[in-house]
Amino acid sequence: MTAIVEARHLQKTYGKIRAVDDVSFEIKEGEIFGLLGPNGAGKTTTIRMLSGLTDPDKGEARVDGCDVVQDPVGAKQRLGVVPESSNLYGELTALENLIYMAQLYGVSKAQWNPRAEDLLKRFGLYERKDDRFQGFSRGMKRRLTIAAALVHQPRIVFLDEPTTGLDIMSARGLRKTIRELQQSSVSVLLTTHLIQEAEDLCDRIAVIVKGKILLVDTVDGMKQRVKETEILELELEPLSETLMNALKTVEGVEQMTHSDSRLKLYGKTLMKKLPGIIRLIESNHVDIAAIRSVNPSLEDAFVKLTSLEADVMKIDKPQKPPGGGL
Amino acid sequence: MNLALKQAYYIARKDLKAYYLKPPLISWGLLLPAVFFLAFYLRNPQGISEVSPGLIGLTLLFSTTSMAAIVITFEKRIDALERLLLAPLSIKTLIFGKALGSSAFGAVMGAVVLVLSLVSFGLSVSNSVLLFLGLALSAMVFAFMGLLISVAVREVFEAMTLSNFFRFPMMFLCGVFFPFESLPKILQVVGLFLPLTYCVDLFRFCLLNQKSFLNPYLDLAALVAFSLILFFVINATFKRRLREQY
Repeated sequence: MTAIVEARHLQKTYGKIRAVDDVSFEIKEGEIFGLLGPNGAGKTTTIRMLSGLTDPDKGEARVDGCDVVQDPVGAKQRLGVVPESSNLYGELTALENLIYMAQLYGVSKAQWNPRAEDLLKRFGLYERKDDRFQGFSRGMKRRLTIAAALVHQPRIVFLDEPTTGLDIMSARGLRKTIRELQQSSVSVLLTTHLIQEAEDLCDRIAVIVKGKILLVDTVDGMKQRVKETEILELELEPLSETLMNALKTVEGVEQMTHSDSRLKLYGKTLMKKLPGIIRLIESNHVDIAAIRSVNPSLEDAFVKLTSLEADVMKIDKPQKPPGGGL
Repeated sequence: MNLALKQAYYIARKDLKAYYLKPPLISWGLLLPAVFFLAFYLRNPQGISEVSPGLIGLTLLFSTTSMAAIVITFEKRIDALERLLLAPLSIKTLIFGKALGSSAFGAVMGAVVLVLSLVSFGLSVSNSVLLFLGLALSAMVFAFMGLLISVAVREVFEAMTLSNFFRFPMMFLCGVFFPFESLPKILQVVGLFLPLTYCVDLFRFCLLNQKSFLNPYLDLAALVAFSLILFFVINATFKRRLREQY
């Protein structure tokens, strides 16, 4: 399968901060490729470089065979970008917004209305075609923003944190839409900090942390990498700092994560150490509500392979100052 | 038509629909010159024709810059500017499109006031081609002035403050209310660096039996020069701002 997007040794520095450091990957035709990483990892900067919004300090990128640095206008013509914010024009109706995008992307006049109306039907917005964008719900705005990125029928679409800020039902609907894009032969580059979303949607994932790509693999491939790791999930009441510090000293425990009363231990020979672990917990006067051995999920693989806690993915992005600082 | 020109036209058309052709902006665009005309008419009904060219120029300046100065700042604030930056068009096309929208709005406002002045105050047009070119070029120069402010600042209120910082002194340094030649020499030198001077001088030539201080062709050439200089300064400033942002 040929690559529709190629990123080679991309680098971008802001002041003293290296936002993207030697990032390389390829996206094959027809695949959903995920850039998974915590907020501030360099996902949006990577997308901005690939979409011609900013030039890399070093490295090169090609979109559908077009060099993004040498010919940014040509590259932009070949791709559709859905930025993190739904940024269509509030004063225009849904139909007018799509037609405006068709005009800017050089779609022939005869195709403006048919394509716009077709997209509105496909995204379930046809009934609201004459309503202004500013009156739409967040989910509808997101759907229309994706539709706007497809009006010139690109072969590759970049989606930057597409479900951020959406309620569960809207997010679920949007994921279905993304899968449908793939079925219509559109390749997708998706950035997300949601491990579950990456697992659900992506054929391959690049894990990016502090501007560096740590690994690129399929979801199954990532799980395979940690298949020798045993994972013990414990539900404890109460879960104290003292107990966690004590458990860290148990031989064979390589890593630990916790959420509320749930504790996960990662290691190579945990099952053999289970009696000792139970004794240690009981000696700390902690009740064991449940204990189970679990197969590694993508989240477990992420934790093990990046040495980061999954919680770092939940940290909110700092708000942009008014005016965007431009 | 070339794709870049088409894109500029679509940007202008969208801006006119979304921002300019709104009752508050149209009424403000007409109210300001109405107040000025009324004030001068009540003071000296016979002398109103003398100040008409200046007041038409002033209408053009205020109606063109009022939205041009904030249009990019506003779109930055609502993130809509990124939509244009992601589209397959150059920065020059984007700037030209934005300028085209605001200059079209300003030119129409200016033309309305011009026609009303011709009808009401007995003015006559001595050279309609020069007048049309002067109106169109002046509107473009003022739009570029507004856009330069719009790309240079971060907030809408900064844009409004800065645009008044330039507009109000121009009212007194460019021969709007009294002939340019009656200004002290030092102020005339300052006035020669302001595009409204050439706009008003050209309108005086076309509407007051060719009574102008400068050569009308020099006025046109100056307006073309201002347009080109401002266009390239905006282009460079905007690119620098984008590099800072992205």
